[in-house]
Amino acid sequence: MIALGVVVIFGALGAVASLAPARYRVATSAACLAVAIVAGATASIAVLATGRAVDGHVVSVLPFSGATVELSALGALFSLTSAVVALAATIHWLGYQRHALRSRSAVAAYALFVTCLLLVPAAGDDVTFLVLWELMALASLALVAHDHARRDEARHAAWWYGAMTQGGAGAITLGLVALAAHAKSPSFAAIAASAGHLPASARGAIFLALFAGFGAKAGLVPFHVWLPRAHAEAPAPASALLSGAMVGLGIYGILLARTLLGVGSPWWWLVAGLVGVASALYGSLYAATSTDVKRLLAYSTSDNMGLVVIGLAASGLFATDHHRAAASLALLASLFLVTSHALYKSTLFLGAGSVQYATGERNLDRLGGLARTMPVTTVLVLVGGLAAAALPPLNGFAAEWLVVQSLVHGLTGAGPVTTVATTVFVGALALTGGLTIVAVVKALGIGFFGRARSDAAATATEVPLPMRIGPALIALACVAIGVVPELAVAAVRRAAATMQPNRSGLAASVTGLHLGALRGAVDPLALALGAVLATAALAVLRHSAGPRRAPRRRTFEPWGSGRAVLSARMQYTATSFAEPLQRVFDDVLAPQHDLDVSHAVESRYYVERVAYASADDDVVERRLYRPVLRLATWWGERARGLANGSVHRYLAYGFVTLVVVLVVVS
Amino acid sequence: MNATRLVAGALQLALVVLGGPLLLGLMRRVRSRLEGRDGPRITQPWRDLVKLATKQRVRPTESSWIFGLAPLVVVATAGAVAVLAPLATLAPPLANSTDFVAVIFTLLVGSVVLALAALDTGTAFGGMGASRALTIGALVEPALLVAVLALSLPLHSTNLVAIVADGARHAPVLVGPSHLLALGSFVVVILAESGRLPVDNPSTHLELTMIFEALILEYSGPDLALVTLGESMRLVIWLGLFANLAAPWGVAASGAGGFALGAAVLVAKVAVLGVAVTVFEVTTAKLRLFRLPELLAGGFILAVFGVVTGAVMR
Repeated sequence: MIALGVVVIFGALGAVASLAPARYRVATSAACLAVAIVAGATASIAVLATGRAVDGHVVSVLPFSGATVELSALGALFSLTSAVVALAATIHWLGYQRHALRSRSAVAAYALFVTCLLLVPAAGDDVTFLVLWELMALASLALVAHDHARRDEARHAAWWYGAMTQGGAGAITLGLVALAAHAKSPSFAAIAASAGHLPASARGAIFLALFAGFGAKAGLVPFHVWLPRAHAEAPAPASALLSGAMVGLGIYGILLARTLLGVGSPWWWLVAGLVGVASALYGSLYAATSTDVKRLLAYSTSDNMGLVVIGLAASGLFATDHHRAAASLALLASLFLVTSHALYKSTLFLGAGSVQYATGERNLDRLGGLARTMPVTTVLVLVGGLAAAALPPLNGFAAEWLVVQSLVHGLTGAGPVTTVATTVFVGALALTGGLTIVAVVKALGIGFFGRARSDAAATATEVPLPMRIGPALIALACVAIGVVPELAVAAVRRAAATMQPNRSGLAASVTGLHLGALRGAVDPLALALGAVLATAALAVLRHSAGPRRAPRRRTFEPWGSGRAVLSARMQYTATSFAEPLQRVFDDVLAPQHDLDVSHAVESRYYVERVAYASADDDVVERRLYRPVLRLATWWGERARGLANGSVHRYLAYGFVTLVVVLVVVS
Repeated sequence: MNATRLVAGALQLALVVLGGPLLLGLMRRVRSRLEGRDGPRITQPWRDLVKLATKQRVRPTESSWIFGLAPLVVVATAGAVAVLAPLATLAPPLANSTDFVAVIFTLLVGSVVLALAALDTGTAFGGMGASRALTIGALVEPALLVAVLALSLPLHSTNLVAIVADGARHAPVLVGPSHLLALGSFVVVILAESGRLPVDNPSTHLELTMIFEALILEYSGPDLALVTLGESMRLVIWLGLFANLAAPWGVAASGAGGFALGAAVLVAKVAVLGVAVTVFEVTTAKLRLFRLPELLAGGFILAVFGVVTGAVMR
C-alpha cells in the first residue's frame, strides 16, 4: 500500500517535472519516474513472493465511491512487467530526448502514462479501473500525437487510435457497469461473487463486450488497425511502452473478464480462439510483408497477442472440458508468453528507435550495414528478434514450447470440437512461427546486415550510452529467462494460481522446464551451453585451418553476376524479400501495387523507364473500415444540407422534435 | 546424466559427422548409376571437405561478423541435436528433455543464422536464397508441427525418446492411420527441409532455380566445408529421425554391444532411405517455386487428418 502511494506521488512529481527548464526536464522527470517504477516493482515482487494481495480503500481520492486498490498476484505480474519495460524505456529516453519527446506536454504525458501502466492492474473496482484506464488512454494518445505538428501521419494515427480506444472503452464500461449494477457494488470482489447468478445469455453478452473492448486495446483483428499507425508514429520509448506494456494490459483485461465471469461456456472460447487465430495469422503475414520497421513490429505485436489469446482460449476450452491440468498449463503458457513478449518487443522497439535516432530512417529499404556502424544496437536487436522468432535459448522459445505442450496435452480425452480447435490452433501457431521468422530475418538481414542502402545508414554512428543500456537490460532479461525459465515461471505460477489452482505440474529448475505428470521437459540451459561450446570449439578448429603459406583469410568483392562493380541497389530489398510470400498469400493480402513500364520508341524489347509504386495498406482497413467511414462521411455531408443557417428552419426542427417526443412519451 | 549416456551421445555425434558426407557420396553415386554414369566414389565428399579445409577463407567486402559465425552455428546446432536425439541409442544424454519441438527449433536456429549471413553478403543471390528458403520454411512449419502433434497422440508427449521407445514396444501404433498419415506428412517436410527434389535441386547452380546453393554462394574454403558438413549432418538427422519413427527397431537401449548394433542399424536405415530419396529424385522434376505451397499444404492436410483420425479412433 505504501509502495503504491509512492508510485502515485513520484509519478505525479514526474509529471510536475515537466515544468522544469528544458535542460533538466527529462532528467528530473526520469529520476522521479525511476523511484515510482522501483516502488511499483517492489510492491509487485512482494505480492508475487508472498502470494498475498495488497488491498485497501481510499475514500477521498475519487468522488462518490472512493478508490479501491487491490493488487492481486495476477495484477502484480502485469505491473511488474510494465515496471521492467518502463525502466528500460525511461533509460532509453534519457538519450532519445535529444531527438524528440522533450516538450513540456510530452514529458507530462510520458510520466502520466508510466504511472497509469503501473497502477491499472492494482485497481480493485470498476470506477478506479475505468478512471485509470482512461487516463492511460489519454496519456498515450498525447504521446501518439506527439509529432502531430510536423507529420500528417501522426495526426491520422492519433485519430485512429483515439477512435478505437474510446470505442473499446465504451464496450468495457458497458460490460463493467452491467456487472456492477447486478452486484450492486463496483468492487471486483463483489462482482466476481455475484456474476454467477446472472443468466447465461447475459454473461455471454457481457463477455463479448469486455472481450471486444479489451481486444481493441490488445490489437486483435479486426480492431488492430490503430496499432501499425500508433506504434509507428509514437516516439520510441512511448512505442516500447505501448507495445510492451499497454497492449499486455488488454490481455490483463481479458483475464479480468474471466476472473469476474468465470470460465463460462465453450462458445466464448471458440470465439476468442477464432479471433486469436485470425490475429496471429493476419499480424504475422503483414509483419512479413511490411517494409517500415515499426509497422512491422506493430503487426508482430498483433500476432503475438493473437497467440496469447489462442492460449487463453485453449485454457478456457480445456477448463469447460474439465481437463484441469491442460487448462492450467495453457493459462501459464499464455501468461509466460505475454511477459516474454513485453520484454523482447520493447527491446525491438527501443532498438528501432535507436536506429531512427542515428539515421532518421524507419524504412528497411533505406537501411542496411548497421552491423558495422552500430554494433551494440545490432546485437540487442538480434537478441530481441531471435526471441520474437521463438528460437532457443531465448524466452520466446520457452513460451512457445509451453503453448505447444498445453495444446498437446489438451488433446487427451478432448471432445470433437476441442480436438478440431486444438489442431487448428497448432497449425496457426506453426504458420505464425514460420512467418514471424521471415519477418525477423527480413528486419535484421535487410535493416542491419548487408550493404548500407542510403547515405544516412552508411554514416550512422552508435547511439549514446543510455540508449544502449535501456534495451540491453531487457535483452539480458530475454536471455536469462530463456536459459533459466525458472526466473519467470515462479512469478507466472503465482499469478495463474489466482485464477485456477495449478494442476499442470509445471515446475522449473535451473535445468529447464518440467511438466511432471504430463510428461514433457525441455532443458534450454544444456542446449545453449552445448551449442555455445561447440561453436567455440569449431571456431578454434577453423582458425587453424587454411593454407600454410598464403594468408588464411582475406576479403574480396562478391560475385556481381558479371558486373565489375556491385552496388548496394543490387541487393534484395525488404519488398523483394517478401515477394514470394506475398505471391503465395495473394488472395489474403490483396497487395496494391502499380507497375508501369515504358518501352523505348524504337523497340519494345528496350525498356526506357520502370515506375513502381506500392501502398502500405491493410486489407481489413480497406474492406471493413473504409466503407463505414465513407458512409459516415456521406451521412455527414447529407446532414450538412439540413443546417443551412435559417433560423426558421431550426425552429421548425425544434417543434417537430418536441411533437415527436410528446407523441412517443404519451 | 551419467558418463555412459555422454559417451553414447558423443558416439552418435561422431557417427553423424562421419556419416553425413558419406551419405551425400552414396546418394550421388546412386544417382550417377541410375543416370548411366559411373560417378565419383562414396568418399568423394570427404575428400572435398579436406581439400576445402586447406583453402583460404574469402569474405565479401562489407560483410560483418555474422557471415563468419553462421557456418559455426549451423554445425554446432546440428551437432547438439546429433548428441541429444535418439538416433542410434535410446539413452542419449538428457533423454527426459529430448523434446521434438526443441529439436526442430534448434535446427531452425542454424537456418535462420545462415539466412542472415546470406543477406549480409550484400549480393542479389544471398537475398534470393534467403527469401526463398525462408518462404518454404514458413510453409513447412504447419505441416511439421501438426505432424508432431499427431505423433504425440499415443503418449501425449512430444518427448522423442519416449515416442521411439513406445513405437518399438507397441507395434500396432506404427501401422495406425494416424501414425502413417503423420509420416506421410513428414516425408514432404524432410524433402523441403533438406532441400531435395522436387523442392530444391542440390546440384544446380542456375540462378533462376537455386535456393540453398544461392544462400551459400559466397562461402569458400573452411567456411564452405563447415556449411556442407552441417547440411549433410542435418540430412542424416532428418532421415534418422524418420527411420526411427517409422521403424523404431534396433535402437540401442543400453550397453556397448547394443550401441554397436544400434549404430549399424542406423547406418543401414539411413542408407536405405538415402537411396530411396535418390531414386525418387531421379524420377521427378523440380516443382516451380510457386507450385510448392500446394505440395506443402498437402503435407499439412495429411498431418491434420492424422491428428483427427488419431483422436477419433481412441
